[in-house]
Parts: sequence; C-alpha cells; structure tokens
Amino acid sequence: MRVVRVVAISIAAIAIGAVFGAALASAQERALPLPALRSGITFAGSDVRAMQADDASNPGFLWVESGEKLWNAPAGTAGKSCASCHGDARSSMRGVAARHPRFDATAGTVQDLEARIGDCRVRRQQAAPLARESEELLSLTAYVALQSRGLPVEVTIDGSARAAFERGRAFYEARHGQMNIACAQCHEQNWGKRLLSETMSQGHGNAFPAYRLEWQSLGSLQRRLRACLFGIRAEMPPPGAPELTDLELYLAWRAQGLPLEAPGVRR
Amino acid sequence: MPDARISVPPSVARGKPFEVRIIIRHAMETGYRTDESGKSIPRNVIRTFTCRYNGDVVFSARMSSGIAANPYLRFFVTAKDSGQLAFEWVDDNGVRGSDSAAVTVV
Amino acid sequence: MTTSLQSRPSRTRRRLLQSAAAVALVPWLPANAAADELPEIPALSAFLAGRKPRLARVHLTLPQLADNGQTVPMKVSVDGPFGPGPRVTAINLFSEANPVPEMAVFEFPVAVDRAEIDSRVRLATTQRIVAVATMSDGALYATAAEVIVTIAGCMDGT
Repeated sequence: MRVVRVVAISIAAIAIGAVFGAALASAQERALPLPALRSGITFAGSDVRAMQADDASNPGFLWVESGEKLWNAPAGTAGKSCASCHGDARSSMRGVAARHPRFDATAGTVQDLEARIGDCRVRRQQAAPLARESEELLSLTAYVALQSRGLPVEVTIDGSARAAFERGRAFYEARHGQMNIACAQCHEQNWGKRLLSETMSQGHGNAFPAYRLEWQSLGSLQRRLRACLFGIRAEMPPPGAPELTDLELYLAWRAQGLPLEAPGVRR
Repeated sequence: MPDARISVPPSVARGKPFEVRIIIRHAMETGYRTDESGKSIPRNVIRTFTCRYNGDVVFSARMSSGIAANPYLRFFVTAKDSGQLAFEWVDDNGVRGSDSAAVTVV
Repeated sequence: MTTSLQSRPSRTRRRLLQSAAAVALVPWLPANAAADELPEIPALSAFLAGRKPRLARVHLTLPQLADNGQTVPMKVSVDGPFGPGPRVTAINLFSEANPVPEMAVFEFPVAVDRAEIDSRVRLATTQRIVAVATMSDGALYATAAEVIVTIAGCMDGT
C-alpha cells in the first residue's frame, strides 16, 4: 500500500513538475526584465532624436514613400500589386511588423518581415526575387513597418518557433570573433556605459529598418547585426542567413512590449 | 522612386513668411570613398538647387560634398499669391531632379 | 628627431629665441584680434578679399557633439529686420577642416522676411564652421561655431 502511495505521489510530483516546467519554459528567464526595457532612441543624441521625431525631415520616409508606390504597382507575371490582395496597407498590415519574425507554415521556417515580403513577391506575384538590402525590399519593408508604428513588439516563440528561438538565444550568449565578446556582455551587462563617445544601448531591434547616419541610407536589422559582428571582428553570416533570423527572433522576444519605431533613425 | 519629400503648410497668410521643407533622395557621393575592390567612387553631389515661386526664383543653394546625403533644406518664403513652388536640382553627372508643391494663400 | 643627442645649452638657447620671437610679435596681435574670432580658412580669406565682417546678427546652431560626422544638423539665421533697409542676399558656409572648405552658398534673389535655413552638413573631424551673411548694401556679418566629431565606438563594415 505504502509503495503504491509513494509511486502515486511521485507520479503526481512529476506531473506537477512538468506543468511548472512547461510554464517556466514559456515564461522564460529574462536578463532584462520587461519594466527595465529601453528603446535605443533613449540612448541616442539630440540630433538623432530630432530626426526621428519629425516625419517631414526623417530621411527614412523617402523609403516609406517608395514603398507605398511599390505597394500599389503591379508586378510579376501575375500582374498583381500588393494592394490587389492586401488592399489598403493601413488596415491589412497593421500589427504585422510587430509580430515578426514568425514561423510561416507554407515556408516551413521562421521568417523575418523581409523574408515574408520576398516570399509573397515570388510566390504570389510571380515576380523576380528581391535581394536583401535592395532599394525595393527596403522600401516595402519600411512601408509595412510604418503600419505598426507605436504598436508593442510581440512575437511567438512557442511550437514551431521554439527551435529558432533557442538557437538565437544561444548565439546571443556565445562569444564571437577575434574580440571574443558575446552580445550579452555589451547589451546586457554594460548597457548605459560608454564605448568611446557613444553610450551602449540595450541592443533592441524595435526601430528597424532604420536610417543609420553611418550608412547614409535606410538599412535592415540584419545589416545592423552584421555590422555589430564586424565590429567585434567576427565573421558575418551572409544577409538572409538563418542564424541572423534566429537572432532577430530572440531579439524581438527580448524587446517584448517596446513600441515599434518606424522609420527609425540611428547613428 | 520618389525624388523628394516636400512639406508646405496647407494654407499661408498673405505677406507673411511660410516654412518650406524638402528632403531630396541623393547619395551626395563625396568622391573620397572607395568600393570593395579599393577603387575610388567618383564624386557626385547636387551642385545647384533652386526654388521658384510662381516662376520667380525665391531661394537657391549651391552645395558641395559638405552637405550630408539625402540633403535636407528648410527655408522661408514670403507669401504673395496662391500658386506653385517648383523645385529643381542638378548633380555633378548632369542628372536633373524636380518636384513641386501647391501654395494656398489666404 | 633625436632630441637625446641635442646638447642642453643649444636647446635652452632655442627656447629663449622662440619665446623672444613670441614676445616680439605681441604688438602685432591686437590689430588682428577682431579677425581672431574667425578661424583662419584660406577659402574664407579669399572670399572676404580683405573685407572685415562684423561678428553680429548671424547665428549658427550646430550640436556641440555630433552623433555622427556624416550628418550634422545645422541652422543658420540672420537677425532682421529687413524692411526698407538692406536685406540678406547670400549666406556662405565655410569649413575649417573639411577637404572642401566651401560647404554651401544660400542665395536670396528676392527680399525674404525670415533669413533662416536648416540643413545637414558633413564634418570630417572636430572643427569650426563659419557663416558669412552678405547684405544688399555690401555689408558683411559673420559668426563661427565649433563641433566635436568623434569616430564610431564600433566599426561598421557593411
């Protein structure tokens, strides 16, 4: 009788442990608790803040306007524009950028916004693929991102997105490059401190695609991540590489709740 | 691809100065950069910019590589009659760009 | 330069001569004091052609520390009034340390009630910028502003 009781209690304990474990796994431990999150704009100088705040002089809007034109222009053998299926982006695209990267069942993989747009371009419009960092893809991404302006970043890391999330987190916490530094060392342990004359941010991607003064152009989050890797003298994965998408997913989870800034301006 | 983004108040008071803002898509290539193979990228910047108000030049700028990429200009024009602001610019390669905006004077 | 091989007495003598020369130049300095407020820029001197601008009426606003030297917001304005009197016909911008010292010229072919321009400049390094306003009666007004430009904390090779 006693053995049965012990076994029953053990099974119950394991079951309860599994439930708690699952709850913990989806709750995830955050190095930066949600109330402590700060967008990169709060670490930027007055020039950058002024440029981002003023739509008439924000250079990113040149790409947004291009994007709007592309949205309405027929493309590919299907002769359809984005608007043919999605109508007015202001309603159909609302919230989309804030939910990316996300797992796409048709593609069978986690996609960032650029990949999702590129996919639609090829599959639905039967048009030529758009290269990463091309003017067209940047413009369309900027236009779609604008429709999520101010909305909280909110991505799913459960189910099919889980593996990519874990890989992204592992990448973030691992040391890379000749300088042998992990993303976490600057952006989790030393944010707010100075690197030469700059203040290190928490490393969120909630303002991308962004007009980066250093680039004198709008660029994607993946470009910014590659630049960071270059900075610590690590090999840069090519644009569109799965490691970069995994990292984007992890970063989006890390930035949960931060309002999306579009088009962003950064130094 | 749109060349420029213009901002003019929806209506302006006669005789008073009003704000004109324009940002032009242009790399303003300095001529000091090199490409990946080490080859120098030739200079190409917007040299002249003019703003005509109902045909009369009211503001012009001569620029150099000392003006940042995607040049932004904010200046003032005194309102006379309703009509049009016509902007024109030319770069080192001789490529011309233009755009316009309506002015409603009350 | 192998200073360690120089004998002490000759170094002292050189230093004395240098300070003597400096002392000798002092009477010359006050005459140039007004122009001293504007940095020495050959292109600016060529433009001024001997004329001395008054250091008044022109305002140049740039950040003290630029986020990035590639794009630095700049505002230049000239105090009015411009009513019946002389009006602004042009504003010239000069750079102390850029490879191209003549940064821009803003021209006003017609009378303007508000002579104020915003733009964004490129600055190669920490330096002073000079703005010179030309009036319709030939009078010149000028001012200078200094901007600190630093390099990025992390290199970007993308």
